[in-house]
Amino acid sequence: MSAEPQTFAFSAENKAKADAIIAKYPAGRQRSAVIPLLDLAQRQNGGWLPRAAIAHVAEMLELAEIRVWEVATFYTMFNLEPVGRTCIEVCTTTPCWLRGSDAIVAALEDEVGVHLGETTSDGAITLREVECLGACVHAPMFQIGDDYFEDLTAEDVRAIVADIKAGRSPKPGSRIGRPGAAPASGPKVLTGKKA
Amino acid sequence: MLADKDRIFTNLYGLDDWGLDGARRRGDWDGTKALMEKGADWIINEMKASGLRGRGGAGFPAGVKWSFMPKESKDGRPNYLVINADEGEPGTCKDREIMRFDPHKLVEGALLASFAMNAHACYIYIRGEFYREAENLQGAIDQAYAAGLIGPNACGTGYAFDLYLHRGAGAYICGEETALIESLEGKKGQPRLKPPFPAGSGLYGCPTTVNNVETIAVTPSILRRGATWFTSFGRPNNTGTKLFCISGHVNEPCTVEESMSIPLKELIEKHAGGVRGGWDNLLAVIPGGSSVPVLPKSICDTALMDFDALKEQRSGLGTAAVIVMDKSTDIVRAIARLSKFYKHESCGQCTPCREGTGWMWRVMERLVTGDARIEEIDLLLEVTTEVEGHTICALGDAAAWPIQGLIRHFRGEIENRIKRRQGVAA
Repeated sequence: MSAEPQTFAFSAENKAKADAIIAKYPAGRQRSAVIPLLDLAQRQNGGWLPRAAIAHVAEMLELAEIRVWEVATFYTMFNLEPVGRTCIEVCTTTPCWLRGSDAIVAALEDEVGVHLGETTSDGAITLREVECLGACVHAPMFQIGDDYFEDLTAEDVRAIVADIKAGRSPKPGSRIGRPGAAPASGPKVLTGKKA
Repeated sequence: MLADKDRIFTNLYGLDDWGLDGARRRGDWDGTKALMEKGADWIINEMKASGLRGRGGAGFPAGVKWSFMPKESKDGRPNYLVINADEGEPGTCKDREIMRFDPHKLVEGALLASFAMNAHACYIYIRGEFYREAENLQGAIDQAYAAGLIGPNACGTGYAFDLYLHRGAGAYICGEETALIESLEGKKGQPRLKPPFPAGSGLYGCPTTVNNVETIAVTPSILRRGATWFTSFGRPNNTGTKLFCISGHVNEPCTVEESMSIPLKELIEKHAGGVRGGWDNLLAVIPGGSSVPVLPKSICDTALMDFDALKEQRSGLGTAAVIVMDKSTDIVRAIARLSKFYKHESCGQCTPCREGTGWMWRVMERLVTGDARIEEIDLLLEVTTEVEGHTICALGDAAAWPIQGLIRHFRGEIENRIKRRQGVAA
């Protein structure tokens, strides 16, 4: 994990992306780009936002630093301190809990070796509890980076963590391979149509 | 069961191509120009006649909402359409399926709705966690621009229309329309006092309508097939087809489009493989997302899935997210977990919600173990009414209602737990 850097600036590629984002909003309304720019900065900086990145975004958007800081602290997807190279965010809200998220959490903690809210000592994996991720018919599920892992069992959790530890990319989506949110045994409707 | 020919979301399970070619095969973007040439008034009147009620939870008639927008700008302020794709009400996962598998329905709907409201720009606010969904939706937007379907001369009508996707960053409260607008303006997502309503002063202080993804995505089909077709489904005042998400203790959790007003039991048995262990193993159902009060089996036996029927049962259709709980469920814990959710998601602006959600959650946690006094049940109930209706937005209500539903229908279970615990202690 990296210490608090003293400076931050967007890479040339990300600067171009930032300019394109700002252009989505009317002239003088560049403040609308705060969240997308913080997201861009976080991605560039290994998954967390140092103070220098917040200052940089504030300067780009001609805002007081506190206006950006208060946004960064309000939204849960912004990390204000370093996180593991892989962040596993497991949903435990009622629909996932009904389908066994307790067992998913237990398997994760067992397999990764840290509790929810902690990062492994080598900085590889952070475990985190999150609120409803909006994939309730695929419960239980968790998110890693930009991907959802759905219809999980404890065995799936062990396989996914093993993949991560071995440097492989686990396959996202439904672990039972069903199409979208169709019933597990296959669609009961829209069957007459060409697939 | 709704016939396949009457389904709007024919790629709900992503079996076909989500892109423009697939969308065109499924009938999207067919004669869009001709629909626009019928005029904005025709579109709004057809939407009013369809009886479509907003699919985001509140159920306000969409056509009526659109008619609140100024027809022309007297002071130079533009009109905006903002689409709420901040889906996050526990149990709800329908807009996600639209955005990843049928995004062109949303893009075409955005054009038609914006045209009807004289908006030349529309923002879609999607929750940040839906990264892959945003990729497909942005892909569809890019395809629509490239094909001239939107842009400076949308569908060759001469109407200029720009559509932008804006990703959030994790905050349930941004599903509240004024919090969403604040967030889209680059601020903390804290709801605004109303009035002024968004139709008068919304995004950037301009007239704005905020609609749910499903509301906008069904619009092209309604206009193409006609209001009469749409009203042929469901009961009066509860018309149309609807996406239902069935989660929890069913054999096959799924999302499905069905006729509005379908009996809850039929919905669960025909589409979700029935309740785990059979219908008689049912304990309770939350019929419309976490905010609406839970219903015990006795009501579920005959409940119809629409706005008015569920309101009569002192619950609600909400987002039509059906959370099923069988008899193995610790119902107090299930609701206590929702209380924790609302405590986590309170934006902190209003004292009754900021303090009340935490207070209610702490009491709920004690009710889970029975570590409470019987009188505290009524005290908790009273506090829910002190939060409900005393906050700027409906999150306070949403935190109160599940607890009220629990006490209304499962007071005996809570009391038994307390008595057992006291018996153990004595």
